[in-house]
Amino acid sequence: MKIAVLVKQVPGGDSPLRISDDQLWVIEDNVNFITNESDAYAVEEALQLREKSGEGEVVAVSFGPERTQRTIREALSKGADRGIHIEDSYPYSSDPLKIATALSEALKEEQFDLILSGLQSDDYGFGQVGVLLGETLGMTTATLVMSTELSDGSLKVKRELESGWFQWVSLSLPASISIQSGINTPRYPSLKGIMGAKKKEIKSVAPDSATAAAQAISRVYIPQKTKKTEMIEGTADQQVKRLAEVLKKEIRVV
Amino acid sequence: MSILIVIEESNGAVHRMSREAVVAGQALGRDFDLPVSAVLLGHDTSDLCQSLDSTQLHEILQADHPLLGSYSSDGFSRALAQVIESESPRYVIAGHTYMVRDFFPRVSAKLNIPFLADNIAYRVEGGALTLTKQILAAKLVADVAPAGDGPCIISFQSAAFQEEDVAEGSEATARQVSISLEDGSIRTTSEEPFQEAASAVDLSSAEVIVSVGRGIGKEENLPLAQELAAAMGAELAASRPVVDSGWLEGYHQIGSSGQTVAPKLYFALGISGAIQHVVGMKGSKNIVLINKDPDAPLFELADYGVVGDLLEIVPKLKKALQA
Repeated sequence: MKIAVLVKQVPGGDSPLRISDDQLWVIEDNVNFITNESDAYAVEEALQLREKSGEGEVVAVSFGPERTQRTIREALSKGADRGIHIEDSYPYSSDPLKIATALSEALKEEQFDLILSGLQSDDYGFGQVGVLLGETLGMTTATLVMSTELSDGSLKVKRELESGWFQWVSLSLPASISIQSGINTPRYPSLKGIMGAKKKEIKSVAPDSATAAAQAISRVYIPQKTKKTEMIEGTADQQVKRLAEVLKKEIRVV
Repeated sequence: MSILIVIEESNGAVHRMSREAVVAGQALGRDFDLPVSAVLLGHDTSDLCQSLDSTQLHEILQADHPLLGSYSSDGFSRALAQVIESESPRYVIAGHTYMVRDFFPRVSAKLNIPFLADNIAYRVEGGALTLTKQILAAKLVADVAPAGDGPCIISFQSAAFQEEDVAEGSEATARQVSISLEDGSIRTTSEEPFQEAASAVDLSSAEVIVSVGRGIGKEENLPLAQELAAAMGAELAASRPVVDSGWLEGYHQIGSSGQTVAPKLYFALGISGAIQHVVGMKGSKNIVLINKDPDAPLFELADYGVVGDLLEIVPKLKKALQA
């Protein structure tokens, strides 16, 4: 079983977000870049699938600027076998079709049985690269996966539907599936894993720049506030006093 | 050229977000002076077609095939790609539902046309379409535009448009569109949908809800929220990260993958306000948020906001309410 897991590096949730001068992204200086949350679950699922089958290979794949190598290295330190980095000259590409085309070019020779990705990235959140890649490579696809079962060359996944419903779907391989957060408990890298990761290979590939753009972000900005919010200021005690008053006298629920 | 709205079925009726997509499509039709039609993918969709009777549409296309009787990504993506090729719409519009997320990217890749996903608004300037979407956990927004003039696929986030605004009109013409799917083209088999362990609490009828997010920090801090809920006679709920961490059972979850609620008071503790959560609680009559991050997007929606340490404020508030 040869498994690719797509990982993306995104700004961590607690990073300060100041808009860059070109108004296309954020100033990266104080941004704490992390592995996209649902991608971390996808890495764990890939490792567990390899461990359960007792053989095979997990390859961590990422598209992004040079800093992205840290995210690949993190997957390697958790147990992925090798990495592929499609090196983007642009620090914040936001064209899913173009990214999927670059991934497809870089991965088609690898003949993966299974591609795992996170459901969506926490930066742009277009939520489609894994499915686009699956279609481009002629694979079956499934999204919002909350459980996987692999047996005799076929894959069964539990898909999340809306409003608390689920559904089991069987897919023929090769398949590309996108993983929903919460499917497992991602492991932390061990010290041995971190040391071992330094020796693992990360292959760098240049994307084919000839691909035409399909869509583009033209401006990034701070949302307009529409609702009037009373911000309760002061010390904790003052805030508590006002809150109690609001609950008792204004909303009248206590 | 036309605007084509993809209609999704939900429990035998038109999905709420498809009705919202109709509103978006009708508005685009007015702005671009293009006829607006709808497409139904499925088998024997005449009932669904009839339920659109009074909706102001040019045509209702029925892309009917026995292999589309139940949803599959393989079948629906091939069918929609065929419809787009034969009808050549300028814009294909849908709600950003779980099903749309599942198969629309396949259509985008098949036809090599962009899928502009999960938008909250659009505007037209000089005949060009610009869409707006939330990025970076809704802390920022971005303008997005298709690169070329060709057809493109667009989905809108839940509640970007109001379903009450659907324009009514005379009967639309129904038309069958032929779909060709050979045996073996569906490479997946789906079992019946099911729900997990039934909810022990009916959050949808609760008058007051205390809801916990990632900002609670750790499982050991949960009793603070439970005690506040008890003091207020409230039900306890949570956002997805709390359930994913195993701190509370899934039936406490509010949002697109959990329950939808509209209580008199939604008291949010350490919730940032990701859209997946917001869609499940934005109908609440009053929203109060305590969060140490002043940039938490849920403050935008809150009637009362407290920037502060909930571990300090919540126990004090409980005491103040009991006094």
